Amino acid sequence: MTFKRLPEGGMIDRNVKLSARLDGVRVHGFGGDTFASALLAANKIVLGRSFKYHRPRGLIAAGAEEPNALLTIGKKGTQIPNLPATQIELADGLKAKTQNAWPSKHFDFGAINQTFAAFIGAGFYYKTFKSPGRKAWMFYEKFIRRAAGLGKTSTAKSTLRHDTANSFCDVLVVGSGPAGLSAALTAAQAGANVILAEQDFILGGSTLSSAYAAQAEWRKAALEALQGNSNIRLLTNATVKGIYDGDLAVVAVGDDTHSIRARTIIFATGATERPMLFDGNDRPGVMLASALQTYANRFAIVPASRLIIATNNDSAYDSAIDLASKGVEVFLVDERSVISGHALDRAAVAGIAVITGSTIKATHGAPVLDSVTITGKTNLTLPCDALGMSGGWSPTLHLTAHQGSKPVWQEAIAAHVPGALVPSHFAAGACNGTFGINAALREGDAKAQAALVLLGIKGMPAPTTLPVLKPDHIYAIIASKPTTQSREAFVDFQGDVTAKDVKQALDEGYSNPEHLKRYTTLGMGTDQGKTSNANALAMVEGPAMTTFRPPYTPFLIGQIAGRSVGPHFRPTRLSPLHDWHRINGATFIEAGLRKRAWFYAWAGATVEEAYRKEMEVVRHAVGLSDVSSLGKIDVQGKDALEFLNRLYVNNLESLSVGRVRYGAMLNDDGLLFDDGTVARIAPTQFYVTTTTANAGDVMSWMEFLLQTQWRDLSVHVTSVTDEFGAMALSGPKAREVLAQVFLNEDVSNTGLAHMAVKQFKLQDVQVRVLRMSFSGELGYELHCPAAYTQALWERVLKAGEPQGIKPYGLEALAALRIEKGHIASPEMDKRVSLDDVGLGKMASNKKSYVGEVLRHRAELQSPQRPRLVGLELMEPDKKLRGGAILFAADDKVTGHGRGHVTSVTWSTDLNMIIGLGFFQGDMIVENREIVAVFPLKNETVRLRLVSPHFIDRGGTRLHA
Amino acid sequence: MRIPCPYCGERDLGEFTYGGDASKARPAHGSKGAKTWGDYVFVFENPKGPHVEYWQHTLGCRQWFKLKRDTSTNEILGMEQ
Amino acid sequence: MAKGYSVFSILKHALWPETVWPEAWRKAEPKPNYDIIIIGGGGHGLATAYYLAKNHGVKNIAVLEKSYIGSGNVGRNTTIIRSNYMLGANTAFFEKSMQMWEGLSQELGFNLMVSHRGQMVIGVSPGQMDGLARRGNTMRLNGIDAELFDRKEVEKELPYLDFSKEARFPIWGGLLQPRAGTVRHDAVAWGYARAASALGVDIIENCEVTGILKSGNRVTGVQTSRGKILSDKIGIAVAGHSSHVARMAGLKLPVESHLLQAFVTEPVKPMVHHVVSWGAELFYLSQSDKGGMVFGGHIDGFNNYTQRGQFTKVKEIMECAVTLIPFMARLRLLRHWAGIQDMTPDGSPFICTTPVDGLYLNGGWCYQGFKATPASGLTFAHTIAMNEAHELNKGYELDRLMNGAALDEHGTGLRDYRQ
Repeated sequence: MTFKRLPEGGMIDRNVKLSARLDGVRVHGFGGDTFASALLAANKIVLGRSFKYHRPRGLIAAGAEEPNALLTIGKKGTQIPNLPATQIELADGLKAKTQNAWPSKHFDFGAINQTFAAFIGAGFYYKTFKSPGRKAWMFYEKFIRRAAGLGKTSTAKSTLRHDTANSFCDVLVVGSGPAGLSAALTAAQAGANVILAEQDFILGGSTLSSAYAAQAEWRKAALEALQGNSNIRLLTNATVKGIYDGDLAVVAVGDDTHSIRARTIIFATGATERPMLFDGNDRPGVMLASALQTYANRFAIVPASRLIIATNNDSAYDSAIDLASKGVEVFLVDERSVISGHALDRAAVAGIAVITGSTIKATHGAPVLDSVTITGKTNLTLPCDALGMSGGWSPTLHLTAHQGSKPVWQEAIAAHVPGALVPSHFAAGACNGTFGINAALREGDAKAQAALVLLGIKGMPAPTTLPVLKPDHIYAIIASKPTTQSREAFVDFQGDVTAKDVKQALDEGYSNPEHLKRYTTLGMGTDQGKTSNANALAMVEGPAMTTFRPPYTPFLIGQIAGRSVGPHFRPTRLSPLHDWHRINGATFIEAGLRKRAWFYAWAGATVEEAYRKEMEVVRHAVGLSDVSSLGKIDVQGKDALEFLNRLYVNNLESLSVGRVRYGAMLNDDGLLFDDGTVARIAPTQFYVTTTTANAGDVMSWMEFLLQTQWRDLSVHVTSVTDEFGAMALSGPKAREVLAQVFLNEDVSNTGLAHMAVKQFKLQDVQVRVLRMSFSGELGYELHCPAAYTQALWERVLKAGEPQGIKPYGLEALAALRIEKGHIASPEMDKRVSLDDVGLGKMASNKKSYVGEVLRHRAELQSPQRPRLVGLELMEPDKKLRGGAILFAADDKVTGHGRGHVTSVTWSTDLNMIIGLGFFQGDMIVENREIVAVFPLKNETVRLRLVSPHFIDRGGTRLHA
Repeated sequence: MRIPCPYCGERDLGEFTYGGDASKARPAHGSKGAKTWGDYVFVFENPKGPHVEYWQHTLGCRQWFKLKRDTSTNEILGMEQ
Repeated sequence: MAKGYSVFSILKHALWPETVWPEAWRKAEPKPNYDIIIIGGGGHGLATAYYLAKNHGVKNIAVLEKSYIGSGNVGRNTTIIRSNYMLGANTAFFEKSMQMWEGLSQELGFNLMVSHRGQMVIGVSPGQMDGLARRGNTMRLNGIDAELFDRKEVEKELPYLDFSKEARFPIWGGLLQPRAGTVRHDAVAWGYARAASALGVDIIENCEVTGILKSGNRVTGVQTSRGKILSDKIGIAVAGHSSHVARMAGLKLPVESHLLQAFVTEPVKPMVHHVVSWGAELFYLSQSDKGGMVFGGHIDGFNNYTQRGQFTKVKEIMECAVTLIPFMARLRLLRHWAGIQDMTPDGSPFICTTPVDGLYLNGGWCYQGFKATPASGLTFAHTIAMNEAHELNKGYELDRLMNGAALDEHGTGLRDYRQ
């Protein structure tokens, strides 16, 4: 077969000469070409190999439905596989590769599968490779996986950049063919805010494939009118990928993604021509008749001399006539015996020989088509350059079905059309089964008028005369069920599903369309069955339809994700002290969305080295740590006390102004939700801190209770987590430092007692000082507005120089609290109760609190439930690790154990490794020897069970 | 999906947090019945059809409100008091 | 047993193409009554029917499916199997399921393409690594395979993950279960259907249950779109719609129906050789034998029966994909779909008797229904036949929440499962 480019005509710009490469070989083309048209003009016919049998394949289509001509574009880092050549706009310097062939598309080793085609039919894998042995598939899978996949990409990081945008409009028109342009014109001229999205790189839709001058003129006029109208945005290279709830149309626009919320949507997406089923219908050179028409009219490319077109309907006559008018010798092979005189007359005028009552029996040529055998009323074999197929048209109704509308069968056109749509959706033109350009124009206008009514926008009266662009011929088709059961007749080209496969699947009872698809892989390829589903479903008994799911065409994942990837994946929350930490040698660690100072260079180069030194400073002198990430909530109102008293398990009635209390709150199910502190600033004002992890949840929970359940309480809650920075000043010399910072304030043990809160002023900046301790040492938390936090931090460090103050990081903070036996997120894993962590006594029995009732469920009271324990490592040369499982010394080491290790640290006070964990409650005996096992590293260590409070049980240091 | 916030108007789903079944009455604070609390916390009507539910406009005005939505279509049927 | 598929049967059909393959399972018509009715022709329902017939000798069983078999979650999941569970009943139950997967293709005479390619769970903080260690240690102590990897070791195995300095959530290490992997999901429904049908089970498609008939507190049968069918034992295996069907018998459940989306890319040559799961946000991915990346994330976050995912969640999951595996940016999403899953307050399922005599429940599967299919069928069959729990599903009773015996495997707590 041979194609040639005509010296004139088409919508290409012969002055713009482009040069691309396919597999390293130069391909020349013109402005306006697609990669596919340039390849066809250059007579590059075999463009790849099929998925299963590795049969040579060429172009069959000119648009999004192309199943065969898939290319990989770009170099490492930008390389994208599986792009249909028909949708790639030719550009100078573009590099592409063919796919799925080894060593080359001309000689492909995998083609050996063709020899075994009789064996590897539908369901082959389900019936074989089951033995020998229980893991047989693991052996075979290696080989099968090697054959899998179409294109190839590298593992290199993508260098492409994608943006996302949001838009709103009154009317979204999808498609810029006659129906779409007409609808857009009507809507925009009436003043509606319109967006028109067209997947092609130029506007015009089917008119671009037409030979009629009147259509080109009308298109030009329509586009001029639209371009001059500020109510409309025209998007090209814009594929509507899916329609989601809330009339959200997600549109791939170039490399970016637009989320368009449209009050109404008009689908004018046209129709897709169906292939026909006969032996060798996949041979390179066999194409859709309409694709040949597009290549001829839009790209000025025609078969060199002879073309045969097989059809069962009238539309192929237009394709045939257009090609005949360009000097191609055309034979029409029409399956029908009775054909309208009109069609025959037009064919005769164009000099086309019509062979009626006949079909294609087989094609010939290796690898590309050279002749065709015709059977039926006429039996002969004809040499030819190309074979066109027209099995009728299927409306491109995918998008209309994304919101659940079920397509309905229309016998007259032997195709499914959109069913009842949601009220804001409309379908017009071929997409709605309305074939013929004049009918499409009128329906586009009518649907736009309907949308305007729905929008309440007063439209213009319908134009009394729409132009007649071409006679609309009656579309006649016979809806014959395919009779072939051949394994040479391909239903799904990309997946190599043959008529034989479909027949066999039906025999086996996989007759529901979804079973048929899944069993044969029909319609599962990158073309998503655009050319195959209709033909396969025609073989199923009764009405059959598959489900249409987004995306309409494959959608680049980077494009959907946009910029929220890599370092920008989720917001990074920083402390107001972040810059100070960075400049002063902190190493950071991710804690949820936050980055926190983990340890400081002054203390060591590694965390293991540094945290111990930082601990020493806190235990023996004084340290300063950033705790700005704590959740902070300001609670005010006349019922603030009542509110907090309901929320916390503690009895807060006795909390007087100027005092702080450590408290806990439960979920409704009675399990521990969060712990933190409540400071009473004034009779009706409280300052609440939460854990870093639960800050958002606690805030939402308070709002829920106040806004929906306890609306009689006069309370206002405000999150001030980001408004306040906070630092913990800890160590035996903490008071000396504090006194130097607040020279005029009484910070003595009586002036600022343990668990007291005071507000001090420092140059007009209010600092909230809460005397409390997470580390177990004499400690203060200093909270102040975020903008002043660094100044305060620096002032405290400066003031503490004589005492040897040093900053300490998250690792030391965590280590110090383990020594003190304070629980933190490793212990509060949302499965534990207040009793489990040893805080049961904190719960008041004088009042009610959230979670009170379900806290007492039977299993939660079991004495066997694991309780918080302290652990001392008895074998100093060994390692104790978090996640180790605990057993009694004489237990058989198997099963779930009696507990586990949650937190481990070096204890500066005890000079040994200690940990926190949970251990079966009724077996806890102080100093009992137990073992921790860590089978993942084959480790077992002996431990001593102790109180979780390793240091200062009497609290002398806190009260010092 | 878009959610009509009674204070801010219709906004995208991503701004909201779902808060579950709002047709169940929370037992009065201080009430002691374990079965009542258990049913409230653990058991759901979960209808296939109209459902009254809580939403919070978390990334907006932070107000909680009740919405009636058809769980079989996601159609918003209105606001509830 | 169904007449075996073999090399010979394939050879026969290849050489004599006119020979017609037999139906994989009988398209049964409903009879007026059955010994046991299973509502739901998904993986769990079909497996239950198979084990009832095979292990308990029940001859007269119907599986009622409102659409086509496997039309629910067995055909909508991301095909992952694993047994990395650390709490109570879960450990033994899911390990039993894993052991059953290992021999299931041979037992059913249908290749389910059980691929033990290994699942690597990526930890992104020291705390998560401790959590993974606890899980892995518990697995080992229960005879289940598990290996702990540090960052370098993960990089050697999965070099395509983002190990760069800019990574938002740096990788600290991972926990590998070598025997975890994937199974061809549709084949599970077909394989069980074919084997059950061969044992005499009636598989009745396009038969929607519209009511459950009771006499006093005892079930007597069901009303269906194809008429009344009687039975005094009825098993519900319709996860996603458990509340809907249980309501027909007057039961309310600790279940909310939520949407879980799943995604597949175009097929590409093999690049990902494990199942990969992430700790930063819920995200999991594997590459199918056909070459497509199959992946998913968190539920959509509000109760829902539409089977249509929200784009907000689509975008979030694509962000996860590109952030963990940067080359994913250059692959194209081919299809995405949604299943309806039962979410329970503690994330664990129910396989149990119910307060209604003769009515049994299998549901509440949350994210883990598919991998549980064989053990679920085995234990649910036992529960129905013996009217009491099997050793393995004793923790899956309806009243465990009220008793304070929740199985919160992932420590998500009461509040968090929705978002």
